[in-house]
Amino acid sequence: MTKQTASQTIGPFFHHILIPREYGQPDFPGATMVTPQTAGEHIRIQGRICDGDGQPVDPALIEIWQADANGRYAHSADTRAEIEQDKNFTGFGRAVTDAEGRFVFDTVKPGAVPDPGNALQAPHINVTIFARGMDVHLFTRLYFTDENEANAIDPVLNSVAQTRRPTLLATRSEDGGRITYAFEITMHGENETVFFDA
Amino acid sequence: MTLEHNYKPRDWKVHPPVTDAERDAGNPRKPRQPMVPLSHTLSEITGPVYGHGALASGDDDLTRNAVRNGEPLGERIIVSGRVLDEDGRPLPDALIEIWQANAAGRYAHDGDGHDAPIDPNFMGTGRCVTDKDGRYRFTTIRPGSYPLPFGDNLWRPAHIHYSLFGPSFVSRLITQSYFPGDPLLEFDAMYNSIPDQGARDRLIATFDRHAGTPGFALGYVFDIVLRGRNATPLES
Repeated sequence: MTKQTASQTIGPFFHHILIPREYGQPDFPGATMVTPQTAGEHIRIQGRICDGDGQPVDPALIEIWQADANGRYAHSADTRAEIEQDKNFTGFGRAVTDAEGRFVFDTVKPGAVPDPGNALQAPHINVTIFARGMDVHLFTRLYFTDENEANAIDPVLNSVAQTRRPTLLATRSEDGGRITYAFEITMHGENETVFFDA
Repeated sequence: MTLEHNYKPRDWKVHPPVTDAERDAGNPRKPRQPMVPLSHTLSEITGPVYGHGALASGDDDLTRNAVRNGEPLGERIIVSGRVLDEDGRPLPDALIEIWQANAAGRYAHDGDGHDAPIDPNFMGTGRCVTDKDGRYRFTTIRPGSYPLPFGDNLWRPAHIHYSLFGPSFVSRLITQSYFPGDPLLEFDAMYNSIPDQGARDRLIATFDRHAGTPGFALGYVFDIVLRGRNATPLES
């Protein structure tokens, strides 16, 4: 039996490898997860991450992982052949915060995926957070405010104290045809985001 | 449908704590609420996949992938090893991204204010994907130490940063490897944030005379272990 390799902090100087567009190189991968061919409702996630004093966390690396608009993952462990997988969508995105702690992803709204008991989970996006000063990364989930019915019976949301569930919700707005979800991550304090031991 | 397997938990005897009650008292960046346990679903046992086709050739040679007018300065080294899971199974097709300071202890990063020379021929970044036996290999320059912007002449031990995707979103890992015999390890807050001495020791790459290239580079071996799978399949 071998033991896990310990996590260490990402530190402050990761941009030239993990966010190469800041050094004139193509992103690998980046925060633009869609092409015009990608199926489904195209959305922008407008995020912000701040600490318990309301100060931006900069730099932080945010990664997201999600199903496509049909609720299918681009991965061999998703064995549901009956659901077509969108070849124009990998489901993975990576972004870095700016000086205000803001980050943006252009993606699609994911379809619902099943839980191990085969009930449908509410549509959601998995989120990881890496930052200087953090020795391990944190896991959270993003849910959608316009999915009230599905959210109400989602087993993961229901495992969270009701008062803390709003920290996992991204708020929908529409402006000139662009659909944006605002998502706030708070590391500490009154509105501390729920982090999962995933 | 059937979930093939879920993943073993993060081993909190090995990983630094999310929040160290003593060290992080008053730190506004650290969560205070306990983490909420999350049973793995399809969303956790899947994750991004990057095969060998995703990389440019030569991405694994940091002594060549950024040359402009000559060769990078410093001691050439080969860092190689295997990526395994907790059951000792090799993990093929795992993307590894590395970054590091140059031989003088300076990052090719606009934010690095350390007064040490920039090497115009060294970016300090590389990528590779593990082969069918989980093996990887980078050719690089031994990184230098650099001072921290606080404390009484505290310097970070020489290190290389690693970012890995294993087979799933929950097998993601970012870590660092260190070099044997570095006197700075004793004082390093990051290295010492690991609760277990054995887990600390495993972040120190092993010097191996036979893992280098004769007459060209010395060799170090650093194996990386990601989360394994539970033996019991979850049937629906």
